[in-house]
Amino acid sequence: MSKPRLDDATGVETVGHEWDGIEELNNPLPRWWLWSFYACIVFAIGYCVAYPAWPLIDHATAGTLGWSSRGDLDHEMKEESARRAGMLAELNQASIEQIATDPRLRRAAIDGGRAAFKVNCIQCHGNGAAGSAGYPNLNDDDWLWGGDVAAIHQTLVDGVRQPGDDATRTSQMPAFGRDGILTAAQVQDVVSHVRAIAGEEKPGASAQRGAAIFAANCVVCHGANGEGSRAVGAPALNDAIWLYGGDRKALTHTVTNARYGVMPAWGARLDPVTVKMLATYVHSLGGGEETPAPVPDPAAAAK
Amino acid sequence: MNAHDPKVSADHSNEIGMYAKRKSVFPKAIDGSFRRFKWLVMAVCLVIYWGTPWLRWDRGPYAPDQAVLIDMGNRRFFMFDIEIWPHEFYFVAGLLIMAGIGLFLVTSAVGRAWCGYACPQTVWTDLFQHVDRFIDGDRNAQLRLQKAPWGPAKIARRLLKWGIYLGISFATGGAWIFYFADAPTLQHDFWTGNAAPVAYATTFVLTMTTFIFGGFMREQVCIYMCPWPRIQTAMLDEKSLIVTYKDWRGEPRGSVKAAVKAATPLGDCIDCLQCVAVCPTGIDIREGPQIGCITCALCIDACDKAMAGVGRPRGLIDYCTLDDAEREKRGEVSVPILRTILRPRTLVYLGVWSAIGFALLFMLGQRTRVDLSVAKDRNPEYVTLSDGAVRNAYTLKLRNMEERPRTFRVALEGLVGGAVFTDEMDAAEAARVLTVDVPADTTRRLRVYALAPRGSQPADIAFVLTATDKEGGSDTSKTTFTTAQGNGQ
Repeated sequence: MSKPRLDDATGVETVGHEWDGIEELNNPLPRWWLWSFYACIVFAIGYCVAYPAWPLIDHATAGTLGWSSRGDLDHEMKEESARRAGMLAELNQASIEQIATDPRLRRAAIDGGRAAFKVNCIQCHGNGAAGSAGYPNLNDDDWLWGGDVAAIHQTLVDGVRQPGDDATRTSQMPAFGRDGILTAAQVQDVVSHVRAIAGEEKPGASAQRGAAIFAANCVVCHGANGEGSRAVGAPALNDAIWLYGGDRKALTHTVTNARYGVMPAWGARLDPVTVKMLATYVHSLGGGEETPAPVPDPAAAAK
Repeated sequence: MNAHDPKVSADHSNEIGMYAKRKSVFPKAIDGSFRRFKWLVMAVCLVIYWGTPWLRWDRGPYAPDQAVLIDMGNRRFFMFDIEIWPHEFYFVAGLLIMAGIGLFLVTSAVGRAWCGYACPQTVWTDLFQHVDRFIDGDRNAQLRLQKAPWGPAKIARRLLKWGIYLGISFATGGAWIFYFADAPTLQHDFWTGNAAPVAYATTFVLTMTTFIFGGFMREQVCIYMCPWPRIQTAMLDEKSLIVTYKDWRGEPRGSVKAAVKAATPLGDCIDCLQCVAVCPTGIDIREGPQIGCITCALCIDACDKAMAGVGRPRGLIDYCTLDDAEREKRGEVSVPILRTILRPRTLVYLGVWSAIGFALLFMLGQRTRVDLSVAKDRNPEYVTLSDGAVRNAYTLKLRNMEERPRTFRVALEGLVGGAVFTDEMDAAEAARVLTVDVPADTTRRLRVYALAPRGSQPADIAFVLTATDKEGGSDTSKTTFTTAQGNGQ
């Protein structure tokens, strides 16, 4: 470091540093620049006083204005819920069928239902509602208890196998193997028959024997052709969709021990509007069925 | 400004002040060809700036009638017959790149023409300097008033002048908001207090920045704040036309009287200091090219006038390349101005600049006013239905960029036995082609399910959007159909 000196060419003082023969001139800053700098310092001090700034051991200084990002969020959430209140009230008023037929309500319900689904349903049914073994895929057109929006809504409200809810969905399949109704060989024959009517394998001798056992034990719920019954929640066996798997092992387990899936009664956990939105959303996933037209003739209804 | 002041540091040779006091600049009025050109540029710039938002352009009932409008709320940019959507922002990016390369081109050809003539800081500073002359008089009167003690007369003059500054600042700064909303409506709302808060905030900020930067900081902005001079001076080379003092001709300088008495012949510069007096940034061009020079060429006007007065040839200070200055010094002929401007470097810039321009024009001619984008559901990738059929789901975005409602056909291409339906249709109504209405100037989101029969293979498919009206227009978006066997290729 050489001593500060006056530069010959410009007459300006150097800062005194020298790098490979290059020196820096010590030109003073413009006054307005310094003023701006001081103003920034003053502003920073004021900011530290007014807003949360200094981290302490277990909290930070709060600032005299009382501002917080949490407070901002709270405010925005309140504004948002105020903005939604009108639509939520409308959804609350409307019946599930009215929502399904009003495009505006339906669109709002689908959006709300999608959000509620992400919070409450994806744990079992998956993020895309595709389900997995034991948890139904809600995108497809196979419904144990009915696929119109009212049936979906009821399944949501009352759940499946929920004690204390009289309207809950309950299906009772005997554990044919475990309870000794069928022998292990008979179970295998029924499995062969079921796989044959579903088109999973060619009917053989075992399936023929199974057909008789099926007719004696299973048709009451699953129907003569295995078409299932929504009244008792008996799945169709002659289609391409298996809730617990369609291979021999899974079917053997199902016939031997029966399956008892459960779902919470969301009517007791969520508010009615959310449940309606969820039903509308699930109905919109591609497998939703049209609501059956109300029976026009009261006499026919009485009969 | 950088000159060392011996009075300050006479006693403390190692100490200089923390700040340098600004030396106010009082440029003298001058007339000449460059001054008139500067007037013209200022007038054109201001007229374009003020007038543009008020031009009307009939676009029909579904679009605004303002010729140039940056519609932030609806994310549209209107420029006469051109409407830019957010996904077409590359047009704006292309224009920005053209502006950058245009700056390279102009700077390498004729120096800092942007700084000297077109920069808003220059235009408004010039405007305010005319106000100074109008209120306080020319350079000498301004200097006298500056030195005069504060009294009622000075205060009155200052308040009047600053008031005019503020008026100009408000009129020009406030005009900016009209580019972002319907100008007549906004004008009315503004004065009745119904405009958006952002309009008032923008007006306030631009008024104050114009007032402070143009009225008070002036050349300080160019020298200390603005990054452009640094960039522009770096883009100059010895072949760029810049304002040059021909020292070989001017030095040694001396008055006409001194020249008569001098033992050795003096140069042409009579040291009248007119070039310094007229300079809006207060520099002495005779010290050579420097960052404070914005190449406004007012010193050329001043010097030419002085040379005419003493009967010497004009052009002692002139637009001249450093190469030519050397050449003239050696007594050689300078390069013709056309060859100076059209040299390989500028031609390359010009080539790149026009290539981008033509590409943009071509794309503007090619673009369709319909657009389709398809996003395939990945969760679940496919759904097996009870009869073994396979279903995939897609989200389609149909853009109708015309200012009228249109009906589109969306056709499924390339899935054997396949059909599509929307979430508002029943699966039984599935068909190869959907008909969809899209409102004017809107993007419609459509949830579409594609169905393929049992045993279908994965396939590459496409959705084809076709406008049904006579203007037509179509767009195709490719995607895949997934089954249990995997994706299409």
